[in-house]
Amino acid sequence: MAYAIEMLGITKVFPGIIANDNITLRVQENEIHAILGENGAGKSTLMSVLFGLYTPEEGRILLRGKEVHIKDPNHATALGIGMVHQHFKLIHNYTVTENIILGNEPRDRLGNIDLGTAQKEVERLSNMYRLEVDPQAVIEDITVGMQQRVEILKILYRKADILIFDEPTAVLTPQEIDELMAILARLKAEGKTIILITHKLREIKQVASRCTILRRGKVIDTVDVDKTSESEMAAMMVGRAVQFQIKKAEAHPGPVVLSLQNLSVKNSRGSSAVNDFSLDVRKGEIVGIAGVDGNGQSELIEAIVGLRHVESGRILLNGQDVTSKGIAERIRMGVGNVPEDRQKHGLVLDFRLDENLILKTYARAPFCSRSGLLNFEAIRQNAQRLIEIFDIRAARGPETKAREMSGGNQQKAVIAREIDLSPELLLISQPTRGLDVGAIEYIHSRIIAERDKGRAILLVSFELDEIMNLCDRIVAISKGEAVGIVDAKQADEREIGAMMAGLRSLHASDLEGKAHLMANPS
Amino acid sequence: MKHTKKLAEPARRDRTDKLDNLLANDNAVSVIVVLLGLLFGTLLIILVGKNPSGMYSAMLQTLTGLDIERGTWNARYIGEWLTASLPLILCGLSFGFAARTGLFNIGAEGQYIAGLTAAQFVALYFPPIPILHWVVALIAAAIAGALFGGLVGWLKARFEVSEVVATIMLNYIAFFLSRWATMQIPGSNTYKTPSFPASAMLTSNLLQSLTNDSRLSIGFWVTILCCILYWFIIEKTKLGFELRATGYNKEAARCSGIKVTSRISISMILAGVFAGLAGAIVALGSFSYGRVLAGLDNYGFNGIAAALVGNNTGLGTFLAGLLFGMLASAQPLMQSRQIPKEITWIISGLVVVLISLRAGAKLFLAWRAKNKVRMHMEIQTASDAASLEDSLNSGNGGQKHNG
Amino acid sequence: MGSFATMIPSVLMIVAPILITAVGGMICERSGVVNIALEGLMSIGAFTAATVHYFLEPLTPLSIWIALIAAFFAGFVVSIIHAFASITLNADQVISGTGINLLATGGTTFLSQVFFKMERTAPFRLGMMPGFSGIYPTAWIALAIVIVAWYVLYKRPVGLRLRACGEHPQAAASAGINVQKMRYVAVLLSGGLAGLAGGCLVLTETIQYTVNTINGAGYIALAAVSFGRWKPLGVSAASLLFGTAVALAIYMVNIESLRFLPSEFFSVLPYIITLVTLVVFSGRNYAPRASGQPYERGGS
Repeated sequence: MAYAIEMLGITKVFPGIIANDNITLRVQENEIHAILGENGAGKSTLMSVLFGLYTPEEGRILLRGKEVHIKDPNHATALGIGMVHQHFKLIHNYTVTENIILGNEPRDRLGNIDLGTAQKEVERLSNMYRLEVDPQAVIEDITVGMQQRVEILKILYRKADILIFDEPTAVLTPQEIDELMAILARLKAEGKTIILITHKLREIKQVASRCTILRRGKVIDTVDVDKTSESEMAAMMVGRAVQFQIKKAEAHPGPVVLSLQNLSVKNSRGSSAVNDFSLDVRKGEIVGIAGVDGNGQSELIEAIVGLRHVESGRILLNGQDVTSKGIAERIRMGVGNVPEDRQKHGLVLDFRLDENLILKTYARAPFCSRSGLLNFEAIRQNAQRLIEIFDIRAARGPETKAREMSGGNQQKAVIAREIDLSPELLLISQPTRGLDVGAIEYIHSRIIAERDKGRAILLVSFELDEIMNLCDRIVAISKGEAVGIVDAKQADEREIGAMMAGLRSLHASDLEGKAHLMANPS
Repeated sequence: MKHTKKLAEPARRDRTDKLDNLLANDNAVSVIVVLLGLLFGTLLIILVGKNPSGMYSAMLQTLTGLDIERGTWNARYIGEWLTASLPLILCGLSFGFAARTGLFNIGAEGQYIAGLTAAQFVALYFPPIPILHWVVALIAAAIAGALFGGLVGWLKARFEVSEVVATIMLNYIAFFLSRWATMQIPGSNTYKTPSFPASAMLTSNLLQSLTNDSRLSIGFWVTILCCILYWFIIEKTKLGFELRATGYNKEAARCSGIKVTSRISISMILAGVFAGLAGAIVALGSFSYGRVLAGLDNYGFNGIAAALVGNNTGLGTFLAGLLFGMLASAQPLMQSRQIPKEITWIISGLVVVLISLRAGAKLFLAWRAKNKVRMHMEIQTASDAASLEDSLNSGNGGQKHNG
Repeated sequence: MGSFATMIPSVLMIVAPILITAVGGMICERSGVVNIALEGLMSIGAFTAATVHYFLEPLTPLSIWIALIAAFFAGFVVSIIHAFASITLNADQVISGTGINLLATGGTTFLSQVFFKMERTAPFRLGMMPGFSGIYPTAWIALAIVIVAWYVLYKRPVGLRLRACGEHPQAAASAGINVQKMRYVAVLLSGGLAGLAGGCLVLTETIQYTVNTINGAGYIALAAVSFGRWKPLGVSAASLLFGTAVALAIYMVNIESLRFLPSEFFSVLPYIITLVTLVVFSGRNYAPRASGQPYERGGS
């Protein structure tokens, strides 16, 4: 049993937290080894140590039996270790070839960059590993799937034989995920050793042979994937039996609150982001928008909030046309929004907690008098009240700067503020990103509670499980279009996944149309 | 299951705590920076072979009127010091007000010139009614400054033009326009206009007599009023809340229904008002005739230093303005003591450079503060760890400067 | 018409310092650092060149060239401050740049007092002489600098890497590039070029250095970088345009038909043109993506 990599007793500490606590990881030569854990378990830190981004406080690393001290990513690369990051490190306006050769450019006799040789090498690698790319395409014009292949080619170009993949499927459609799994199998067949960081059990089952499970910085166990069930792995990951289904009562939808009619919206670069989108959301129901990041969900929410101009179509709130109304007015009419990026759109980090909690209501009594003077006592009391109701943890109470609060508590603050507005329509995007299971359960139960109070809720999430657990009806979005609407109780994950990829629902189209689409997937 | 390991030793933690608290205190940083600037100035003087005590005795005389060497006392120096400080304070308020909204107003110089020119025109063309005359002049100056500032705000809001280069162009445009317009006044030559009627001037007999016939004028009260107004608007009003939110995080402010575009415009308009008033106070308080500007007075630029050292607050800018005003009005005294008077500009420039480092120090401190909170709270949930990982992986989520 | 043709050497004389500074500014911003201090660095270069030339003029015929080299180094050295503040200490780049401009004004006047006992440098006897067909050598220097910059930025590996630092420093770092070092080089180079440009300006357009010598040329160069979309060809065209406006301001007085306009009109023309083009043509979408943002190491 030859080990390609052995990480022995690795401990990595940051101020106030032990990210990796005496971790031992052994990866065999030519295997696909998965590292499973929740957000914050320490997986990324461990791999960053391996890739030379951090130096561990304790522990040793052996490469094929020989001890190495990996000083920085260059050193790691020289040792044959390559990493495909979760957030791609690609230059948006360089070509595929330029991105691949950056830092290691082939030169001609005069020392200039030899683009001809570079392109030939890219084509050679591309053919050898069947990683299809267009060498002359510019990064910002190609699909996410191809971008990821470029990332892989980058490390193959540098002759990596140990490849680390950090949450590679977070940004892919189900179809692209299948393609990636095939790529991983091919790379293994070519003799590479692969470490796969993920929290997706299904993918581990698909390609990995062994799996190491981390929780709170410690290794729980290393198991043979074939011999371990998904629920066993999940239990080890979370520390207790996991409830995959949320208990919730039947929905009793009332009249329509939000009506989107043939909505078309452009993105920041001027191309079409949302295309002829129609949807109704009723009182007392949760409608989910399922789709991979980048298919128009953000632009859709921005259009409803009022941040983005609508090219054509209408938005109706309780029957009234709000398409051209301003943001403040929509808030007054009852639109609440929990944005996908809480730090960018949800909070002013340099404001105090109490100021953030009245960010939308500062102009109303009792927070502000008629003449425009702020009432600080009322503002503080309001914050105190919300802190108690929503159990927001902040070291100095209402006066804490938002910047000093943890992610989970920041999210609670945003949700508290929006729910407190008693909105008729509540828009929620990615509510549990980066949060642990406890916080997730709390937030999910809050969302269901609001539904039961009669709110109309529109939920956008990239986690299909979350959508299927919470929602009453599900719309799949692909390339800005509504591909199909299904009732959550009857929905099948595979079917929704197919819709997310653009294939129309079996229920929604005739046989001829279906055959055409199956032959030409978009 | 609690995760209770704490790793840093308490003693070391205390010491870094104290240093962090010191650096996090904006006022302390300002004081340190000023002291460093003075220190450097002293060293430079020594380096060129002069006696630094000349610099300090000049500064002392400016502040107190006390001439150490001759043992005499003249309150006029105090009056002149205050007079020199007024435009710096106001231009500092101008920069600071825009800065609180996230804008970089280097155009205070142009807004100052606009106010100055307008005030001169009103002085010469408006009927010489006592008190009303200079009141109207001040109002005209405020409006002129507001227009120039508003223009920048509009360009920024409508066209997303970087205010940095645009305002500098406007400064020069204001300068040449002012020259041309002022020379059109009948009876003007290439450097001055006819004298002002007495009703237009800001002279205050009370202040003058208190300071032995210095040029200290009604502008003094106007300036104090402006400082109070500045503080009040920003800290106590709904408008101030909106401006601060826009300055810290424009996107979040927009999402909350704050009309960001109009806030930016309002901010620049008010910033222009402050700078315009500075121009009027100089024109009608320190001179008895209109000037055809031969060069930039530079209050707009030096006011930036006052705002930065004063942390963009009303009181801070007031104090910092007094400091830089002292440096400026000490110049002739320094010159007479063989100290090149430009040393004060060097100190100002150095202070600004040092202050710029504070932005970087702040980001670092914010990161440490976040983790310090966790050191004292036991880490109970992985969500804290997750957001730590998040912030480590994606860099800071803080402010970005729009250049 | 004839008078316009004879204006060409004068136009080139004025364009040259703007173009040299703009190329430096372009390189700097392409690496991700905004350099507002170009104006102050030009002042420092002009002061240095005027001073060195004044002292060396009676001693050697090469004093012009020595003065220019000294100007380059003066700009180079002073921009170390900006580089250190912006890159190593992650300071706010616009504020630190403004601070240097203030420092430069004070510092040059201060040193003038020390050397010459007045607020300007003593006038030198003869500046740079025009060469072939009346065109000053500085125009050729500027042209050479643009061509070299284009070649290095687009044909050499170091250029590919430098541009990467300005677009996506994390990507560059993960490719093994030392982003901080790249940015240091870019900032120092832009400082040196600005200093050189200041030297060119003072030695061709006037006889001594005063606080009014540069008078906004550094900011006009910054505008040229933005108007020229951060590319060598665009920046050259923009510099030509702005420089022509400045030249017109000076030489309009010679054109009979326009005598009725006040001189301030011509003085203000270049700034108005710069402002209008900035408003109408500048697009933030063309700027290097990471320009102006402090880069923090250690993210994965």
